[in-house]
Amino acid sequence: MPKNETPDDELKSAFRLWKEDVYDPALAACPPGSERTTVSGRRLKELYTPLDLEGWDYLRDLGFPGRPPYVRGIQPTMYHGRQWTMRQFSGFGNPEDTNRRYKYLLAHGQTGLSVAFHLPTLMGVDSDHPLARGEVGKCGVAVDSLADMEILFHGIPLDRITTSMTINAPAAVLWAMYIAVAEKQGVSPRVISGTIQNDILKEYIAQKTFIFPPEPSMTLIVDTFEYGAREVPRWNTISISGYHIREAGATALQELAFTLRDGIEYVEWARRRGLDVDEFAPRLSFFFNAHNDFFEEIAKFRAARRIWAEVMRDRFGARNPRSWWLRFHTQTSGVSLTAQQPYNNVVRVALQALAAVLGGTQSLHTNSLDETYALPSEEAVTVALRTQQIIAHESGVINSLDPLGGSYLVERLTCDLADEARELIRKVDDMGGMVKAIEHGWPQREVSDSAFWYQTAVEKGDKIIVGVNAFAGGHEAIPLLEVDDSAARRQLERLKKVRATRNGTLAREALGDLKKAASDGVNVMPHLLRAVKAYATLGEIIETFKEVYGEYREPTTF
Amino acid sequence: MSQNTIRVLIAKPGLDGHDRGAKVICRALRDAGMEVIYTGLRRTPEEIVSAAVQEDADVIGLSILSGAHNVLFPSILKLLREQEAADIPVIAGGIIPEKDIPGLKKAGIREIFLPGSSTQDIVRWIEDHVRGSRKKA
Repeated sequence: MPKNETPDDELKSAFRLWKEDVYDPALAACPPGSERTTVSGRRLKELYTPLDLEGWDYLRDLGFPGRPPYVRGIQPTMYHGRQWTMRQFSGFGNPEDTNRRYKYLLAHGQTGLSVAFHLPTLMGVDSDHPLARGEVGKCGVAVDSLADMEILFHGIPLDRITTSMTINAPAAVLWAMYIAVAEKQGVSPRVISGTIQNDILKEYIAQKTFIFPPEPSMTLIVDTFEYGAREVPRWNTISISGYHIREAGATALQELAFTLRDGIEYVEWARRRGLDVDEFAPRLSFFFNAHNDFFEEIAKFRAARRIWAEVMRDRFGARNPRSWWLRFHTQTSGVSLTAQQPYNNVVRVALQALAAVLGGTQSLHTNSLDETYALPSEEAVTVALRTQQIIAHESGVINSLDPLGGSYLVERLTCDLADEARELIRKVDDMGGMVKAIEHGWPQREVSDSAFWYQTAVEKGDKIIVGVNAFAGGHEAIPLLEVDDSAARRQLERLKKVRATRNGTLAREALGDLKKAASDGVNVMPHLLRAVKAYATLGEIIETFKEVYGEYREPTTF
Repeated sequence: MSQNTIRVLIAKPGLDGHDRGAKVICRALRDAGMEVIYTGLRRTPEEIVSAAVQEDADVIGLSILSGAHNVLFPSILKLLREQEAADIPVIAGGIIPEKDIPGLKKAGIREIFLPGSSTQDIVRWIEDHVRGSRKKA
């Protein structure tokens, strides 16, 4: 090597030589290929080399699993010590139907429960509400009162199983019901473990199952943080989610940045209540999407861990390392599945699940091949579960921790996503925070802009969807799960029975007491427990809250 | 077809909160020169029909992914008839099982756009089948 040439210079000229004298001419002789962009539109280079990591330092920027910056994983042993939880999101029809499905899934190797509630429950109305017509049991399990919750978990030991519940505006209510069911089983609130999604900010941005306006909703959430920290210490009182933001059309970067900024907002509101960050932060959890672009997704998960650790330690001064850990659940992307050629979905899910595992997820749901048509059939959900088991036991990817660490591409993408996410987070800071940004409609517009961009790209043929705008044709009828109207009938009968047989005075008094607690601004959790145990229905409880908190109506922009 | 601007009401009936598709279609129709009114989420059949009549809609597009279409669509069609607005064509999209389509069409839904439809399919259908009633600005 000449005296005045550094190792870098040598590499730079070697790369330039390869690119200009070998790659480019060879490529020119090939038919034109497609743009090498991710599903989010990020352009990738033809090749990544050490030149793409100039200034990158292993110990500072990568480190070891279980040590800051946590890029390689939040625990030192990761899957060597504990496999990710196989947690299939599930629920349909009446509680008995779903109880049966839960037992089936557990018998087939699932290791945690995840509850999908039907739309009326998600929106805080009972199955006999006019708006519930045609909706009962269709998109999830019908739960109107504690009576339904008892049936849902019948024969399932809540001291030995963890449960995640996808519920947002009414999260505190369903959590109270779960705590009450556990108590009836003789299981203390100090022992039960699980998660409530309880992330209202992303509802305004994407999933849209909001009920009340932002301020009272945030207050309710902080109530759960406070109550959880003191009474239910093994419970994750929030699952700060990017999944839905991504499904609504966001890019990987927007998913990452908006999720983390939502997290920052929750921490700020909790601290304003007077909670010490280390009191509640170890019980914050996250939920990301595993979408199509394999390496972009892996880099996204790694960037998330890095940024959150910085935020917790530097921005919020958390001292407990458990407060720095970004623990997350992942679901493979629903919106990427196709109705055409549904068996292709098995392959999509396998690749997406693999990305989640290589990205270090703590918990994973794999979609079923038939979910563009209906809720999963037993056969389809079994394939989805087996997908995870094959990755865990046959693929070998778990044999060494963070096997993609050190890949020039993955490390470069991780750094880029982290840098760009920090910028977007700062942008929301400058707007006055996430609640303010949502009030201005900013994240919602960003998401719908990205959605429109993507649809345009698909219709132009710039983005290929196999079986839809390429390699199309063929018609496969697959067996589907059907939820018929008898589920609604049964649900209405039970609801009538609950109202008829409960102590009406007790229920009424509990609701009155709850209303007072909400108006006085005290923590509503003990009052919710009283109300659910008196068999006040979800609809009655939410109506009570609406009288105090009001209702949110979003602007109809597009 | 007429050179008048076509007014489209895009509606989300029932409790379903998935609005990605509805919003993308709103934009595509607007880009195609139509006037688009979006009802927002969680509208009842009564609210949708009332909006269609008040807004002088030339066509109604229903977006639903919750499985409640067999209850909500006939309800909307019945209300349109009662309000003497049955001449407003109603099209739909979302998650609608193929086996339900004949029944829905018999009830009066003019066309159903399943997953994988392009926005241009919808633009073209409206341009081919709907007469605008307002002069272009």
